[in-house]
Amino acid sequence: MDPHAAAAQRKTYFLVFGALLLLTLVTTGVAFINLGPLNTPVALAIAMTKAALVMIYFMHLRHSTFLARVFAGAGLIWLLHFITFTLSDYLTR
Amino acid sequence: MAEIHGALAHQFDDPEQQVEASTLGMWTFLATEILFFGGLFVAYIVYRLSYPQAFAAASHHLDILLGTVNTGILIGSSLTMVLAVYSAQMGRSRSQILFLAATLALGLAFLGIKGVEYQHKFHEHLVPGAGFQFSDADPRHAAIFFSLYFGMTGMHAFHMVIGAGLLIWMALRAWRGEFSASYYTPVEMVGLYWHFVDVVWIFLFPLLYLIGRH
Amino acid sequence: MSVIAETTVAARARPPRRHYLNVNYGVRSWLLTVDHKRIALLYLVSVTLFFFLGGAAAVMFRLELLTPQSDLFEAETYNKLFTLHGLVMIFFFLIPAIPAVLGNFLVPLMIGARDLAFPKLNLLSWYVFIIGGIFTLIAAIMGGVDTGWTFYTPYSSTYSNSYVALTVTGAFITGFSSILTGLNFIVTIHKMRAPGMTWLRLPLFIWSHYATSLIMVLGTPVLAISLVLVALERLFQFGIFDPRYGGDPVLFQHLFWFYSHPAVYIMILPAMGVVSEIVPCFSRKRIFGYTFIAFSSLAIAILGFFVWGHHLFVSSQSVYAGLVFSFLSMLVAIPSAIKVFNWTATLYKGSIVYRTPLFYALGFIGLFTIGGLTGIFVATLPIDVHVHDTYFIVAHFHYIMVGGTIMGYLGGLHFWWPKITGKLYPEGWARFSALVIFVGFNLTFFPQFILGYLGMPRRYAAYPDEFQVLNVMSSAGASILGIGYLIPLIYFFWSMRYGPYAGANPWDARGLEWTTASPPPTDNFDYKPRVSQSAYAYEEEQKVG
Repeated sequence: MDPHAAAAQRKTYFLVFGALLLLTLVTTGVAFINLGPLNTPVALAIAMTKAALVMIYFMHLRHSTFLARVFAGAGLIWLLHFITFTLSDYLTR
Repeated sequence: MAEIHGALAHQFDDPEQQVEASTLGMWTFLATEILFFGGLFVAYIVYRLSYPQAFAAASHHLDILLGTVNTGILIGSSLTMVLAVYSAQMGRSRSQILFLAATLALGLAFLGIKGVEYQHKFHEHLVPGAGFQFSDADPRHAAIFFSLYFGMTGMHAFHMVIGAGLLIWMALRAWRGEFSASYYTPVEMVGLYWHFVDVVWIFLFPLLYLIGRH
Repeated sequence: MSVIAETTVAARARPPRRHYLNVNYGVRSWLLTVDHKRIALLYLVSVTLFFFLGGAAAVMFRLELLTPQSDLFEAETYNKLFTLHGLVMIFFFLIPAIPAVLGNFLVPLMIGARDLAFPKLNLLSWYVFIIGGIFTLIAAIMGGVDTGWTFYTPYSSTYSNSYVALTVTGAFITGFSSILTGLNFIVTIHKMRAPGMTWLRLPLFIWSHYATSLIMVLGTPVLAISLVLVALERLFQFGIFDPRYGGDPVLFQHLFWFYSHPAVYIMILPAMGVVSEIVPCFSRKRIFGYTFIAFSSLAIAILGFFVWGHHLFVSSQSVYAGLVFSFLSMLVAIPSAIKVFNWTATLYKGSIVYRTPLFYALGFIGLFTIGGLTGIFVATLPIDVHVHDTYFIVAHFHYIMVGGTIMGYLGGLHFWWPKITGKLYPEGWARFSALVIFVGFNLTFFPQFILGYLGMPRRYAAYPDEFQVLNVMSSAGASILGIGYLIPLIYFFWSMRYGPYAGANPWDARGLEWTTASPPPTDNFDYKPRVSQSAYAYEEEQKVG
């Protein structure tokens, strides 16, 4: 790999690491603030952002083939479907 | 370019095909893991919606400091893991082994802290079963929370133990000179697995530790 | 005009000097093989043993059901017998049989590859299957499980006094065999097709195995976690499914059926793939509606994940969810129907050649249609309220699993037997046993539709006197069916030693697997396959190379 691209990639890893640590502190801190019904969605949004950062940068989805991204997404979408349809029972009883 | 003995398996036509196949294979496996943990998440969602007060009260008994520190440790281990893969990509065998060792050390630290937490729970009578005691909310529903806590973090820890084994194996192979800048696929695949286990924790932490903390 | 080689012509064929069966000998060369074809045969032996074990359990309880009283076995023993039957037949026969035997053998051959993407994982898959089987058998020998193969909580998780934890561990382990096979097939089909083998030139057998693999990979993990939770609940008194803790037993049913409904499509899709190969060959005609059949396999796989609540109609699941699941269950019948129409249209005005594989395929089409239609009946909420947990349901799924899947499996075994062994099976005995199986099957299971509708519940050792005649018919049919299954076992063995040599393409079929020798060499092809024909080009000669 060309040295510039290599250095840039290393830098990206450290930036993402920093962002992940920051988001961790944020999520813990925000938990102590009363946002009413928004606490859970905010916590989930932060978690999803962190997960996305790990998947895109650490797991190299950024540079992966389209097919690899489809495979990565498929599991997530399937889990969402599982959750949604199961809740369709519990929320309408 | 030096050929690594046995780097191209006989069923593949060229190294690119092998790398792509391996990557797709690992992502397929991770999809199965998403659904495996997913079942636990479904159970969690159902019961948190059913018993919100008990879940919040039970969650308060988890050590938020240890949980946050552990999250940081695991994120750090993901950094060292990706740097191990990066070193492999650059053909730097020594850095690779060092970063793999660092990842292992951080992972073991995580497991150590988890062990401490479990021990605390045992002493506080918060392990489901005959000795369970809880007074801040309906103890039956709190027991469900702790069942899910132990089930989900236990399953996660089990996956980390497997990951630790994989890291040791990769370090051994790296030490034996089996990887180079043109062949480091196994390290990358172990990296994908390790990051995935990190992603699971990224969701477990807020869902278990941060309920109703305000 | 191509003609299917008659036996006399095939007898002049000679097998290749070296092929995958004789390339080396000895137990280690089989137990440590990474050749997909040998692994397929390892699976063939294993699933056959499990099939007869599951069948033996059925013999036991069909004997009990000859009389209305529970006089042959105690109720608890009877419960253990039908549980063993279900577990063994589903997890150790129906789910692995076609994919792990025919799929393992044929997928690389059909796409022009040397092996699957991950040959060692393939071998691991077999070992995992065997280890899971051993766990389950040990549990059965120690006294077994009486919960039904469905392990409903809280009976399985709290109250049953049988070896639940051990048995679910066996099933859990075996699930990984399924996951590894599915993973292997998906990556292989994406990445290892020969030059010119585009997606729309793939045999439909490949499309159906791809769809099956999607289900294996996306569904089986949920079964795994469901079983883990039952074991944890039993061992550590977790309370997740225990009403005394505020747990919901129906949650287990959601987790369990999220996998187990798609599992039935794991069981049927490969058989549909087999039928799609047999029908054009013996009609000497291109298959009608190739693209429709290909995409219908994907549709079944995907839609199959949207209907599991139809197993929970009377469980206290929300009626509104029930309505949604009922509607979607009707929808999933459409792609299956499309296949049946297209197979029929392929046969129409074809030059039909009557051989055993076609008999099994025709049996499949008729019996699967009956089973599938009765599925529509039970997808209708009010009807299911009447027939749930009765023999109507038992008959419904046996028409599909036995009348469908097992017919497809036997048809496929006969169709590809020459390729796998290089030998021809005896056509006369094969036709006879196909007929015996067909008659025995209908005599066993048709009365069960009537019994169920009249109200006989399933999983009961005793029943009211007025149901005896139909039960005796059913048990009589089962004995005929059993004999029907034993005959191929005998002649397949016989053929390996005494059968005439088959030649590379005794059926004059189309497809890459028929362009290589019978049995194939270890690396499948002596040349580099290149595809320039579409699939099922029966109006042309098979292009080789």
